[in-house]
Amino acid sequence: MTEERTPLLEVKGLKQYFKINRTYTCKAVDGVDFVLYPGETYGLVGESGSGKSTIGRSVIRLYDPTDGQINFDGMNISGKLKKRENERLRTEMQMIFQDPMACLNPRKKVEDIVAQGLDIHHLYSSRAERKEKVADILVKVGLAPEHAERYPHQFSGGQRQRVGIARALVMNPKLIIADECISALDVSIQAQVVNLMKDIQKETGTAYLFIAHDLSMVKYISERIGVLHMGHLVETGTTNEIFANPVHPYTQSLLSAIPVPNPRTEKYRLTQSYDCRKAGIDYNAGTQHHLGGTHYVLCTDEELSKWTKA
Amino acid sequence: MDKKGREKILEMRKLSISFISANATVNAIRGVDLDLYKGETLAIVGESGSGKSVTMKAAMGILDKNAVINDGTILFTYNRKENEKETVDLIKLSKKEMRKNINGKRIAMIFQDPMTSLDPTMSVGKQIMEGMIWHYGTPQKEAFEKALDLLKEVGIDDPEKRIKQYPHQLSGGMRQRVVIAIALACDPELLICDEPTTALDVTIQAKIIELIQRIQRERGISVIYITHDLGIVAKVADYVNVMYAGKIVEKGTVDEIYFDPRHPYTWGLLSAMPDLDTDDSRLYTIPGSPPSLRNEIKGDAFAPRNIYALKIDERLEPPMFKISETHYAATWLMDERAPRIEMPAELKSRIARMLKESE
Repeated sequence: MTEERTPLLEVKGLKQYFKINRTYTCKAVDGVDFVLYPGETYGLVGESGSGKSTIGRSVIRLYDPTDGQINFDGMNISGKLKKRENERLRTEMQMIFQDPMACLNPRKKVEDIVAQGLDIHHLYSSRAERKEKVADILVKVGLAPEHAERYPHQFSGGQRQRVGIARALVMNPKLIIADECISALDVSIQAQVVNLMKDIQKETGTAYLFIAHDLSMVKYISERIGVLHMGHLVETGTTNEIFANPVHPYTQSLLSAIPVPNPRTEKYRLTQSYDCRKAGIDYNAGTQHHLGGTHYVLCTDEELSKWTKA
Repeated sequence: MDKKGREKILEMRKLSISFISANATVNAIRGVDLDLYKGETLAIVGESGSGKSVTMKAAMGILDKNAVINDGTILFTYNRKENEKETVDLIKLSKKEMRKNINGKRIAMIFQDPMTSLDPTMSVGKQIMEGMIWHYGTPQKEAFEKALDLLKEVGIDDPEKRIKQYPHQLSGGMRQRVVIAIALACDPELLICDEPTTALDVTIQAKIIELIQRIQRERGISVIYITHDLGIVAKVADYVNVMYAGKIVEKGTVDEIYFDPRHPYTWGLLSAMPDLDTDDSRLYTIPGSPPSLRNEIKGDAFAPRNIYALKIDERLEPPMFKISETHYAATWLMDERAPRIEMPAELKSRIARMLKESE
């Protein structure tokens, strides 16, 4: 059934290099392929510096990809676009950022922040309609319509992130890129935001590209996960496949790093450390190996037999 | 209460702190009692705004200017010289005495964000040496050697090269290691870690925590962890204090808090913890939000969010009920006249599963 669906977002061989100087180029993303279907959530996890945010930013066209192709809703969006295409893209793809205080203009009221996209794309015919649209969306994210008159500093962290979500949602996007949108929040508020994002997905059918480093939260929200390390997707699969049977040693080390709330076992548990240079793994030599279902791992044949045997 | 062989290092009694601003007074800390013994680890857990950081900042004497300490004592015991104990009330000390004798020398603190707690204009080595030279008058050369050793101790490869570098040349995990090295430079007896890993990602978080644990074992110092992550608490703590709205609502050993929690707030916190084994699609959240501390709180501060709240919760603040020698909880549910209320069934099954796992 999964093969029948047409993907909403298709990333093929994406490479994003940054030229630091004449002799050194930083390969932030080095050949990444994945697809995202409408209404589903794809989780990208990896440590800082693995290139997960870069992928998000390339997809939303903040960077110009060095190589590779990104298709969104049947349209090639890498390279130069026409004005019409650009406009369409900017309504249908939205982003939620990590730090809600830094991404909301402190001099604007919530109403104007949320309605900015509507203003730009002339999506209302009267002031009353604008107000109504903002009020609707605020209710949807669990705020009250009265909050429209407030400034960002008058909110708590969780509420501010809700404003950020409202701003993305008001355009009725098909895809929301959530770049570490919960890592700056408290654990209890993280849960609230994740629940909210799930409810919204059920209601509107928006797809999420969920970028995070915390696997325990990613598990709750994503249907499929891609584990990223040093610009390579080392392991991809459904959430179950990754959690039940992690094959790549990097995925295993990520999973072992999650603290378990059980004092008796946690006290004596040591986390696995992973260093691809010490382990002698060359990502460029590996190819994607199919392990069943949608589970793929990046490795050479010998590595695969070594990992699966143990 | 003193048990044999356990030396008390820090004793807080009835600490109460308010913040005064132009239009309101916020009672951030409303009577905190806290004990810490030598070589043990205490974790303080709670939501943001519950006052965990303020409590520890008071112990360091680095409260903001508009903070007023209304009441209470913080008794700190340290070795003045070999085998000579000295107990001081940290609140009564002047800022100058605090800087001279306590801060950095006897109590060191590790902050959340390593980028803001390091000086970008000073090399790493200088920042480590600064404290030793200031507090002990260590000669430059000796201090340099010691700084090298410290960098090695906190697990930084190639310390000779790193010691001359500046904070921006290091990665986030490395910076936090440097912060730990600075904190250890003067051989403190108490280390306060204020959310030491929140700004780091999971793999590095695990390594930093294992580092702090190792250092604590080797040096025998006492550590206070301030965190909202119950997974970390399970890993490091001997004792746990759960804080809510400027008060400690439950305290006990880590086993008592995780396997026999009594306060409804602790139940909520434990249920909200994402668990890799459960398959429910929704995460549990505690309904409502913490109370505003601007107004005086009548009765139990947690009552409005508590589905088990009793009538008395609205009128009277619950005292600390004793459950065992080490386990206390401030909820009227513990009163003998209260109806028998069990913890939620889901949490119960989770605890049973955790106990089974550990066998």
